[in-house]
Amino acid sequence: MFTISEKTKAFITKEVSRYETKRSAIIPCLFELQKDNQGWINNDCIESLSQFMNIPSKDINEVFHFYTMFNKQSVGNFHIQVCCNISCHMNGGLDLFQVLSDKFNIKPQQVSKEGLAISKVECLGSCGTAPMMQVNEKYYENLTKEKAIQLVNDLVASKKQN
Amino acid sequence: MEVKILTQHYDKPEYQSLEGYKKYEGYQQLKKALTLKPEAITEMVKQAGLRGRGGAGFPAGVKWGFLPNNGKKRYLICNADEGEPGTFKDRAMMDRAPHQLIEGMIISAFAINSPKSYIYIRGEYFESKRIVEKAIKEAYAANLLGDNILGSGFSHHMDIYSGAGAYICGEETGLISSLEGKKGQPKLKPPFPAIEGYLAHPTIVNNVETLAAVTIIIRDGVEGYRKYGTEKSPGTKLFSVSGNVVKPGNYEIPLGTPLKDVIFNLCGGLKQGRKLKAVIPGGSSAPVLNEEEAMSVNMDYEDLADKGSMLGSGAIIVIDDSNSMVELLQVLMHFYHHESCGQCTPCREGTGWLSKLSNSILEGSASLNDVKLLEKVANHMKGKTICALSDAAAFPVLSFVSKFKEEFISAATANVALQFQSKNGQSYKRG
Ligand SMILES: Cc1cc2nc3c(=O)[nH]c(=O)nc-3n(C[C@H](O)[C@H](O)[C@H](O)COP(=O)(O)O)c2cc1C
Ligand code: SF4
Ligand code: FES
Repeated sequence: MFTISEKTKAFITKEVSRYETKRSAIIPCLFELQKDNQGWINNDCIESLSQFMNIPSKDINEVFHFYTMFNKQSVGNFHIQVCCNISCHMNGGLDLFQVLSDKFNIKPQQVSKEGLAISKVECLGSCGTAPMMQVNEKYYENLTKEKAIQLVNDLVASKKQN
Repeated sequence: MEVKILTQHYDKPEYQSLEGYKKYEGYQQLKKALTLKPEAITEMVKQAGLRGRGGAGFPAGVKWGFLPNNGKKRYLICNADEGEPGTFKDRAMMDRAPHQLIEGMIISAFAINSPKSYIYIRGEYFESKRIVEKAIKEAYAANLLGDNILGSGFSHHMDIYSGAGAYICGEETGLISSLEGKKGQPKLKPPFPAIEGYLAHPTIVNNVETLAAVTIIIRDGVEGYRKYGTEKSPGTKLFSVSGNVVKPGNYEIPLGTPLKDVIFNLCGGLKQGRKLKAVIPGGSSAPVLNEEEAMSVNMDYEDLADKGSMLGSGAIIVIDDSNSMVELLQVLMHFYHHESCGQCTPCREGTGWLSKLSNSILEGSASLNDVKLLEKVANHMKGKTICALSDAAAFPVLSFVSKFKEEFISAATANVALQFQSKNGQSYKRG
C-alpha cells in the first residue's frame, strides 16, 4: 500500500476543511499526491487517498481519469510538453516535437535515460509566442529548434549537478 | 488605434503588487463602489452594455439581474480557464494586473451580494496562479478582502481553484462540476447557473476580462465607457493575435475596429511578405473568414455575426498562403475530439468522425465522398448537444470546407488519382 507523506496528509486535512463539500478537495489533493509519488499516480495511490479522505475510490478515480494533468505513468524528472495546436503548428510546433524526440531519444509514453518524457499537448495559452513548450511548471516561449535543444541540455545538466 | 484602458499599466512591472497598483489609483473604484447601492452598480453595468468576454458575449448586467431573491448564498466565479485555442489574454491580465481582476471581482461581488468567490484558473497556468495567490494575500492583509471590507459592512472571501487540464472546464456548467470535485462535464441548461449553480446555489460565472472591465465602468461611468466601441458593442476589448503576423500579441482596441487595420497596422502585416489567406476571428470555434471577408469586417459582435462568424473569445488567428487549410482543420478536429467530454453521442462520435475524416483527407487515403461526409457529419452535430463544444467543432468544418472547397477536393482527388494509379499501374490524370 502506498504511504501518503505526513506533509501531504496535513495538506489534505487542511484542504478538506476549506470546502463545503469534501469532494471539492479531490483535485487539489490529487495534485499534491502526484508530487508525493514522483509526478504520477497509480491505483495504490488512489486507494490510499480514498482511505485517508474517506471518499469512495470510484469518486476519486472518476476525477483522476478525466483530467489530463494527472499522470497515469511516470513522466520522468522533466516532462516536456510541446504545444501542437493551431498557432504553434503554423510556427513549427511539430518540428520542435520531432527534433526534441530525436535528439534526446525520447520515445512516446516512455522516460529516456536522462529522465525526460515528451508529449504533444493542446493549446497552452501562449499562442502569440509560438512555438512554445512547457517543462514541468514552466513555460518556454518563442522557441527555435536550437534554443529548445539548448534548454533541454541545460535542464539535464542542472539535474546532474544536484 | 490601440486604446489602452484595461491594459493602461500593463508595461509597469510594479503594477503586479498592491503597492504598485495603488500608485495608479488602485482600489479607488472599490472605495467608490462601496458607497453606491449594489443595484445601482448592476444597472450601470447593464447601461454600459458590457458583454461577456469569455466567448458567448452575453450582457453581464442582464445575467446578474437573473439572480433569484431566495435568500440563498450566492457565489461568484471568475472563469480563468482560458482553453480556447488562440486565446491568451486572461493569462496576460492575471500575470500583469492581478489586482485589477481582484478589484473588479470585489465590486462585482458587492453588486450581486455574494460573500464568496472562486477564481478557476486553468491548471497549466502555474505562474499565474502564484501571482494571483500572492495578490489575494496582499488584498486580505489590507482589508480589501475578508470581513467588513474597509469598514463598509460588506464581507467577501476569495479563493483560487486550479483546473487539471480539460478544455471543457471552461464551459460554465462544466467548470462548476469541476469545482464540485467531479468530472468537468457540462449540464443541460436551464436551469442556468444564475439560478442553480455551484452546490445548487445561485452562481454568476464571468470571464477574467469581463470582471476586470467592471472597474472601468465604475471609474469612467456609463458615458465614459461607451465613448469607445459601437452602439451595440460598446467599450474596448482585448484581442489575442497569433499565427503568421509579424507582431503577434495582445492588443486592446475599441470594438468595431476594422480587422484589416489590426493585421496590417498593429501587427505589422504578414511574416516574410506572405499573402493573407484566411483569418479565424474569435478563437478556434469561430467560423473562418476568407481573405475578402477578413479585409472588410469590423471587430464587433454584430459585424462578425453578419459575416457568418463570431467574436468569441477575441482570438484572431491569422493564416497566410503557405498553410494548407486541410492540415489546419485536421489539427483543430484532433483538438475537439480530444476535448469532447463524451456525454452526448453526436459530439463524442461526431468529433471522432471529423478527426478521422480530416486526417484521412490530409493523408491522402480519402475520397471525394469523404469531403461530403465531413460536411454531413458536421451538420448533424449542430444544436443537438448539452453544450456548445459540438457546435464549436462543426463550425470550423463547415466554414473551412465551404470557403476552401477546392483545397479539400484536390486533397481528396489527388488521392483518387493515386489509388487509380496503383490499381492500374499507370498514371491517371484528371481532365
Ligand atoms: C466548450 C466551451 C469552452 C469554454 N471555455 C471558456 C473559457 O475558457 N473561458 C471563459 O471565460 N469562457 C469559456 N466558455 C464560455 C463560458 O461557458 C461562459 O459563457 C463564460 O465563462 C461566461 O462569462 P462571460 O459572460 O463573462 O463571458 C466556454 C464555453 C464552451 C461551450
Ligand atoms: S457537447 Fe460534447 S463536450 Fe459538450 S456535453 Fe456534450 S459530449 Fe460533452
Ligand atoms: S496554439 Fe500553442 S499555445 Fe496556443
